[in-house]
Amino acid sequence: MNEFRTTAATSPVRLSHGERTRAAAVETFVTNTPQISSTSARDDLRTEPRFIRGLVIAMAVIFLTVFVVLPLVVVFAQAFSKGVGAYFAALSDPEALSAIRLTLMVAVISVSLNLVFGLVAAWAIAKFDFRGKTFLISLIDLPFSVSPVISGLVFVLLFGAQGFWGPWLQSHDIHVLFAVPGIALATIFVTFPFVARALIPLMQEQGTQEEEAAISLGASGLQTFFRVTLPNIKWGVLYGVLLCNARAMGEFGAVSVVSGHIRGETNTMPLLVEILYNEYQFVSSFAIASLLAMLALITLVAKTILERHLDEGPSPSGD
Amino acid sequence: MSGGAGRRSTLPGFGLTMGLTLTWLSVIILIPLAGLFLKTFELSLDQFWVILTSRRTLNALKISFGLAFAAAMVNLVMGTVIVWALVRYRFPGRRLFDAIVDIPFALPTAVAGVALTSLFAQTGWLGAPLAELGIKVAFTPVGIFVAMIFIGIPFVVRTVQPVLIDLDVEIEEAAASLGANRWHTVSKVILPSLIPALLTGFALAFARAVGEYGSVIFIAGNLPNVSEIAPLLIVIRLSEFRYADATAIAVVMLVASFLIIFAVNRIQRWAQTRIPAH
Repeated sequence: MNEFRTTAATSPVRLSHGERTRAAAVETFVTNTPQISSTSARDDLRTEPRFIRGLVIAMAVIFLTVFVVLPLVVVFAQAFSKGVGAYFAALSDPEALSAIRLTLMVAVISVSLNLVFGLVAAWAIAKFDFRGKTFLISLIDLPFSVSPVISGLVFVLLFGAQGFWGPWLQSHDIHVLFAVPGIALATIFVTFPFVARALIPLMQEQGTQEEEAAISLGASGLQTFFRVTLPNIKWGVLYGVLLCNARAMGEFGAVSVVSGHIRGETNTMPLLVEILYNEYQFVSSFAIASLLAMLALITLVAKTILERHLDEGPSPSGD
Repeated sequence: MSGGAGRRSTLPGFGLTMGLTLTWLSVIILIPLAGLFLKTFELSLDQFWVILTSRRTLNALKISFGLAFAAAMVNLVMGTVIVWALVRYRFPGRRLFDAIVDIPFALPTAVAGVALTSLFAQTGWLGAPLAELGIKVAFTPVGIFVAMIFIGIPFVVRTVQPVLIDLDVEIEEAAASLGANRWHTVSKVILPSLIPALLTGFALAFARAVGEYGSVIFIAGNLPNVSEIAPLLIVIRLSEFRYADATAIAVVMLVASFLIIFAVNRIQRWAQTRIPAH
């Protein structure tokens, strides 16, 4: 397409050529004669009338403001509605601190496990050819399309008192449900695809030549991975970890089903937001919510920066 | 496409990494999901049917699917408008608004839920003026609809945006130079090439809204048969230890979302054969 672009820019405008053709024939005609240019008509015909432009921009801006910006602003307005003192008092409450601690712990567990899984799965999927690859990728994607509540429910069915392994666990006094292991499992489930999905396309694009060269020069498999592959995919790894972490810390539905809401023990930050809200402790609820909102904003900024690095990354080998 | 296409890879570790991948996938995803289906087999077909056709279940499913569909329609239209403004026009704050589109993805659902409720409650910034007009949003089905619109908007925008950016300007220039007016160019040349992306974005927004829980339950009011969504009914049945009921509803929702993914994959394949890669 680049060739066409240069010819179109330098060739003289030939409007007369097109005038006899009616709009109905445009689509078929266009594909055959892409070098026709209309630089002179550009301003009038390539964009909408000023009125329409203004209307479209206004609709987009108003819609995003009402549905996205205002909810975000409300979080901070409510959190600080009784002043800065009340805000920090709410955050230093023992219950809040315990929720923050639990959320961080669950995030560390689920992000690190999914990071290892993502690297392993991406190596197998991106560096080798095998049948059923697309199917395997859609299996990894499954959690994206499962309702959060169902993601929690499946673990209740396995580990709950009436579940498959519930009676055995009870007789051995092992607590999975309504305890940290259950919360971690549900979080791992919902964040399962993030790292793998960030790495697979990136590693496929980079091909296998560099790794093959390293191996043929005598490097071991692990050396090749850590010295050749990992430096090439480092931004992708960070990108996957970032999104995985944001979801892990913010997950509500799945965790709510398996947590049991034991105060000071199994409440994560999103669960505490709910409990405090239902108790009309709005400042406390929104104070915790504001921390999660800040996490979301920081995630978005970091994501934008990482995307820039990913775009600038080494061009795919073999091109 | 990939670098090793057509050649045997000489890299080590395929057996090990593939084995670990399949094991971990089975333990975390496949076995738990299989357990859900296994649990439904404990029910007779009659029992299953009775649960699903009970008034409360039917209403919950109707509310979830119906409002999700309506919200996805709004997202389809408004998503297209937003993409158009972001890609085709220059206006102050454009890049900021582009970034803002991702907030519903990034904001934890519980936070979105309490924020939307506070915004649309009768004393809220938007709820108060709306109440004066006689429109009640929070604690009614309208509230569910609003939350579902919030949660679905990035799906349409982020699916359609790259396609509109990649669309060849030459085609439009040619259409214009051949005498097509702007409306014809947009409706006959540009929109048709966006159809696969629009359908995909719609389906993704719909699927997400059907299963959505956190951002909906605060604003919904949760009145049985009126404003009770299916995921909430699952949670209620679980808390009543009626596992069979919870499972039956979950299976229906799961099958529905599998059908949606299948449809999305078909749309993607159709789009690839329809538009030749350039």
